[in-house]
Amino acid sequence: MCGIVGIYLKNPDLRPRLGAIFSPMLMEMSERGPDSAGVAVYREDDAAEAGKVVVYDPGAGFDCDALAERAAMALGGEVDVERVASHVVLRSATGAAALREWIERACPDLRITSSGAVLEIYKEVGLPAQVLELFSIPDASGTHAVGHTRMATESAVTTEGAHPFNTGDDLCLVHNGSLSNHHRLREWLREHAGIRFQTENDSEVAAGYLTWRLRQGATIAEALEAALADLDGFYTFAVGTREGFSVLRDPIACKPAVLAETGDWVAMASEYRALARLPGVESAAVWEPKPATVYDWGSG
Amino acid sequence: METFDLGTADVRELNRRLQRRSGNAAETAFEVLNPMGRHSLAVGLMHTLDVWIRGHAGYYCAGMNERANVVVDGNAGVGVAENMMSGTVRVRGDASQSAGATAHGGLLVIEGDASARCGISLKGADIVVGGSVGHMSAFMAQAGRLVVCGDAGANLGDSIYEAELFVRGTVESLGADCEEKEPSAEHVRDLQALLDRAGVDADAGTFRCYGSARRLYHFKVDNAGSY
Repeated sequence: MCGIVGIYLKNPDLRPRLGAIFSPMLMEMSERGPDSAGVAVYREDDAAEAGKVVVYDPGAGFDCDALAERAAMALGGEVDVERVASHVVLRSATGAAALREWIERACPDLRITSSGAVLEIYKEVGLPAQVLELFSIPDASGTHAVGHTRMATESAVTTEGAHPFNTGDDLCLVHNGSLSNHHRLREWLREHAGIRFQTENDSEVAAGYLTWRLRQGATIAEALEAALADLDGFYTFAVGTREGFSVLRDPIACKPAVLAETGDWVAMASEYRALARLPGVESAAVWEPKPATVYDWGSG
Repeated sequence: METFDLGTADVRELNRRLQRRSGNAAETAFEVLNPMGRHSLAVGLMHTLDVWIRGHAGYYCAGMNERANVVVDGNAGVGVAENMMSGTVRVRGDASQSAGATAHGGLLVIEGDASARCGISLKGADIVVGGSVGHMSAFMAQAGRLVVCGDAGANLGDSIYEAELFVRGTVESLGADCEEKEPSAEHVRDLQALLDRAGVDADAGTFRCYGSARRLYHFKVDNAGSY
């Protein structure tokens, strides 16, 4: 069992309050996943901010400024560094892909939670309430957020095993369920698509698969359609992209999901109670997503 | 009428009260405010009383119900009225998966749609759905009736025993050992009485009837592929 939640704010007036609206949703899913929790926040587009990479738990003694200086030297241009609890956010005008690639090469021991233009992922072992507070998520602003509370089944209870997963390009994925063909698919993606994986987790493979499909030119809706054929197992996915978020359930709908939508926002959760405190929910359209059907918002 | 506001009271307190383990035994009408999708609301009731839940309920609402009349003024989560023994449960909105699972008796009315596995392992209750039901509904249903005024999803009545299924709209596909049957005049008369009791305005003559082909009751090696 795991809990997943996501919200996309259509109304720009709500965006400064993204974290405040989102945090109670994740808290409500504590019983579904008390092992670890994670949040992906999509900040508002900022033209000056070409890309960022979030690195987690580099160690208390780790010299972030030295890393930023080395990166700046290697990539040209400044690299900004910000410590956020156990995570470090690095920002570079050269773009997230170049920065991520440099970190992976120069510091292979560093673990990366996310890279992209607007995406930041924070995750830790512990109860959702603790994780939200640690990273000041209630104060976050942005367009959309996706979160996960984990009850581990496929791999160990570690920060690495916490969702959301990102394998580049502002994409993030949270997953309730388990995949049965992830070993082979991981090897195939490594070999044929050059996707780098940091864990043995099945859900990271699904994120890598979607990243690969998007790089091939697919839309997120097309990538998820293709996933129905290529991913074996049971799942409810919530997927964030730079533009919006999407939901997909497996063909027999093993795992629960509820969607709700108003003129101001669209939200999904494993259970309705996570949506019960959203502003205006009493007049929202509330429904269960159908099995094997892609739902997609914001991607146009 | 006694009012419970779950904005302040908790679910255990509510259920203790509704199970008559606390408070005045003479009170028979209850209203539950701010359910907020909480699980296990009004479960294990064993007395003749009326409960109105004003909003959306979470999992297992009115589970194991005996005698009580429970109305959900909203949607219900997974397993509404699961293992109901008697009484009536009415959902004014939609119901999630496994509505009425293993219910032995009583009447479950879902005015909207029910999703997958509605009436799974049904054991004698009547379920009337105003809208449509999802896939694998009435899976291994043993006794009772599932009535669907809209459409039924894939694999309706898979491995069904002696439950009776009635669908007014289309059936995406029938499950293993489920077949269409010609309803008798008695079936149609009883169905009309059930529809009337459920408060659903529909003509029993417009429903198609499905039930067990009774080919999988006893294992035959020729049927191995159908299990």
